[in-house]
Order: sequence, then C-alpha cells, then structure tokens
Amino acid sequence: MSEKSNSQNAGLTREDVAKVADLAMLNVSEEELDIYTPQLGSILKLAEQMESFDLDGLEPTAHPHGLVNIYRKDEIEQVDVLKEILSSAPQVEDDQFKVPPALGEEL
Amino acid sequence: MKNNRSIVDIVSAVKSGKESATSITETCIERIEIEDKEINSFNTIAKDQAMKAAAVVDQKIAKGEPVGPLAGVPVGVKDVLCTKGIETTCSSKILEGWVPPYDATVVEHLKAADAVIVGKTNCDEFAMGSSNENSAFGPVKNPLDTTRVPGGSSGGSAAAVAAGFVPVSLGTDTGGSVRQPASLCGVVGMKPTYGGISRYGLIAYASSFDTVGVFGNSVSETALMYDVISGSDPRDATSLPGEREQILPTLDSENVEGLRVGVIKELNGSGLEGFESEVIQQLNGSIKALTKAGAKVEEVSIPVIEACLSAYYMLVPAEASSNLARFDGVRFGLREPGGNTAEMMRASRTAGFGDEVKRRIMLGTYALSAGYYDAYYAKAQKLRALLIQELNKIYETFDVLISPTSPCVAFPFGAKSDPLSMFLVDIATIPANLAGHPGISVPFGTGANDMPVGIQILGGKFGEKKIFQAAKALEVAANE
Repeated sequence: MSEKSNSQNAGLTREDVAKVADLAMLNVSEEELDIYTPQLGSILKLAEQMESFDLDGLEPTAHPHGLVNIYRKDEIEQVDVLKEILSSAPQVEDDQFKVPPALGEEL
Repeated sequence: MKNNRSIVDIVSAVKSGKESATSITETCIERIEIEDKEINSFNTIAKDQAMKAAAVVDQKIAKGEPVGPLAGVPVGVKDVLCTKGIETTCSSKILEGWVPPYDATVVEHLKAADAVIVGKTNCDEFAMGSSNENSAFGPVKNPLDTTRVPGGSSGGSAAAVAAGFVPVSLGTDTGGSVRQPASLCGVVGMKPTYGGISRYGLIAYASSFDTVGVFGNSVSETALMYDVISGSDPRDATSLPGEREQILPTLDSENVEGLRVGVIKELNGSGLEGFESEVIQQLNGSIKALTKAGAKVEEVSIPVIEACLSAYYMLVPAEASSNLARFDGVRFGLREPGGNTAEMMRASRTAGFGDEVKRRIMLGTYALSAGYYDAYYAKAQKLRALLIQELNKIYETFDVLISPTSPCVAFPFGAKSDPLSMFLVDIATIPANLAGHPGISVPFGTGANDMPVGIQILGGKFGEKKIFQAAKALEVAANE
C-alpha cells in the first residue's frame, strides 16, 4: 500500500481499494474503483481532524463504559430450532449447510 | 392525513371493551396497505401474526385476565430487529427472505406488554445512512412532504409514526439513526444509555455503538415504550446490570426547576458550520422556554466534538467490516453461484450488498489493516476515550446538554449524493454514541419550508430521567 500523504485522497490509491475489496471478499470493477477511491479517500482525510487533539497517554477504548466481560452460568438450554435455521439456508443436505467445493481451492 | 390515536386512547378503548384489539389492528393494517404505497415505511406487513396477537389480547379481556400496558397497541419494528416467523431483511438484498427463528429481547418485551406488531419498518441498508435512500427496497418518503427524505437510518419507523400508521415504533441508533429521523419527521425519538436496552436479536452493525431506541408522537408515549423494553438481559453480554428506573410514572409530576442545562457551543451555530439559521432560531427558542420553566441554562464548550465525526467514521466501519463478514451466502440469505466456496461468497456479497454498505466495509477493512491501524483505528479509539473523559467532567456541572438534533431540516431526495456531505448530517448526534450516553429529540417548531426542527437533549450515563423531563418541558412549551 502507498504511503499516507496529505492529498485529497489521504494517499489512498486505486490499488489500495482493490486490495481491501479483495480482503473483504467483494468484487469491484474498474469503473467502481474510479468511484470508490476518491469517496473513500475523502472520508479517510477526515482523520486529520483528530490531529489537533493531544491524545498522548490516553488508553484506546473499545467500549463506552469500560465494561468487562459478564459471564453467566454455563447451563445447557434445550432449543429445537434446527428446522427453522435450515429452512432459511440457501442449500441443505442431510441437515447440514451445503456449499460448493472448498477444499483444494485457494480462499 | 394525520390521524393519530394515542396509546392511552387505544389501551383504554381495548380494556373497557369499547373496541376490540382485533378491530383496531384491522383498521391499522388496512390503512397501511393503502396509504403506505406512497410512503413506503413498511418492508413487511405482518397481517396474520398481528391479527393472531390481537385476538389473544381480546381473549384475555373477555376472560377478565390482566393485560399489559400496550394492550392492543399497533407497533412498527425496524427491520434490523429479529422477529420470530416474520421476515427480517435489514433492507438488504443479502437477507431478503430470511425468517428469524427467534425474537429479539425487545420484541419479547413488546409481546409481553400485549402490543401488536403490525410489521417491519424500512430503513437504510444495515442501518447505514441518514436519509433512508440506501434501502434495497426503495426510499421512505417524509409524510410531511413526500419530495423530502424522512432521515435515517430508522426512516420507516419515524415516518410510520409521523403518518399516524402507528403511535409508536422501534428503531436503532448507532450514530443518530433514531434521533435524526425523529427530528426530520417531527416526532419524538430516544436512544438509551448503551447497555440500557438489550441488543440481543438486533442484527449487529457496529456493536459498541448500536442501541435500540423508540419513536412516539409524544414524550410520555416514548417514555412508556422505554419503560417496557429497557432492562438488563443475560443474553446480551454488553447489557448493564441492575434495575432500570421507570420514567413514565414520575414524568408528569416532575419539572425542570433548577435543572442545569448546557448549550453545546460547537453545535449552536457559533462553532461548527452547516447549521441552518432557522434551526438555530428554534434552538434559541428552546433555550428561552427552558429558562422560563426554571432551568439554569449556560453555554458550554466541548472542543473535542469537532473531531467526533472523524473518529466515528474510523471506528464504526471497522466494526461493521467485522460484523458483516457473516453474510457470505453459506447459512442464510442470498447465494449467487460460484465454482468454489470462495467464488460463491464473493459473488453473493457483491450482489447482495449495496454501495454504502460496500463503502463502509472497505473503509473499515482499510482502517484495520496492517500499517494503518495506528493512524486511523487506534487514534480514533483514543479520541473516543478523550470525549468520554471530557463529557464525564461536564456532567458533574450540568444535568443535560442541548443542541439541534440535525443541522438541517428534511432535505429533498438526492440532495446529498456525496457520502461525506451525508455524514455531516450526523454531526450533533454522533457524540452520544461514542460516549454511550442517552439522548432524545423532541419537535420544537419549524425551519425552512415549514419542515420540523428537533431539539436534542443529552444526558450522562443513565441520565434517562433527566432528558425525558427536559423533553417534556420543551414539548409543553412547543405546544403553547
């Protein structure tokens, strides 16, 4: 990926967008890259707004109330939803989700 | 034409046997079937399930059994909340046809209160948007002016209440998605403290920001809905423990005498740009009204608010990119053909997601990728920490903060086609989601083109009672 710069696109290139689309398992056409690249670049450029704040010494937070995990008792609950779950699946065989060949192929 | 019946009116008619829940439900659905053709606020009308639920309420009453506080009240539920046996799509092609095998906890609460769920309301795809133009099933129109957007992402839930189809509805608020459409449609919209209402059964968009919120025609109806659906939930690991304070019982007897109100300088027209002058006029009117009612109103500056939008649009897409990885054509929803599993997944995601969802997934993937994590994601997490620290200090001095809910009134379709200009609409609502604080939007007069203006009242953690009180005072003043 290219170096970050202060251009209109925050240095984001078409190649960067093609790379993240690939990582996110999305197919993006050449025409779409032309549209997405400046759009995503202008949003990334927003990050510059954070530059003027002193963030040294602050702990990054991933939860607004600093809540730690809450554990419940590991009790077995009987639920019978197999049919309902499988009824929404695109393809089913022997009560299992069926997909095209996966082994031997590069994900 | 607006034909709003209040919850009190419906419940008393049903309880007294003057009207049956069945007939109320039938009338409600007939009206939606005809009038919603233009508004498009519902993705699904759940007629069979609604009629059955109404019949159960009628049977209870016939037998003299007690009924819940929402007996026979028609409710719309945003299409990102799971409803057992009723299609739930997130307004996305990728989930079209999916029928959840379980109810969200909030839906269980509604059912336990004898509410009648009449359908699933339209929204921006996966709740990503501020105008409802991103729905795969077409935009929702603002019932007050059908050439304009209803706001988003819970545009259908707001429009359904504004059109008078239902007195109350459920939405979700990740960056303003309840408060902003409430403001644009002229109804009340409230988001709770993060963790105050269960997220179990809410299809995740940005897990550390998502909250379930409520819409109503009045502050007291919105408060009743909050009372019904709030509470701790063992099935939601981010649910806060403890009892929730019931709001409605004390709402009418409380007043705002001595309430310390801070007007956010950055959002009052003298700080950040983009606020319409008519919106600021109404803000000033609301300040006068609160002062007259005995509140102590003062200006307060929160400079970090200027960077909230940027932090939000680094963190939320990052969480979305992770949450939406589950939509891959394997277990539910759309599947497009592919020679192998990976090709099938790519084809399904490419065909199933709309533009805005793809943009946010890609943005989030980028922000989390090696070499960029510190510059974007980690920095935004620190800014979030700074905001929380600053707000906690401010709430030592102030009970509530106020600002306009939206910098602008409802705008025409297509007016904000550039994604960045659309993001700016959320500038006043986003800070509460970063901080996990509660907020409410209450209609207060009109702005340009006679479209409604909403005033936002924010509170600290579990400050629900105070924001409802202030909202009630503004509602009284607005109707004077």
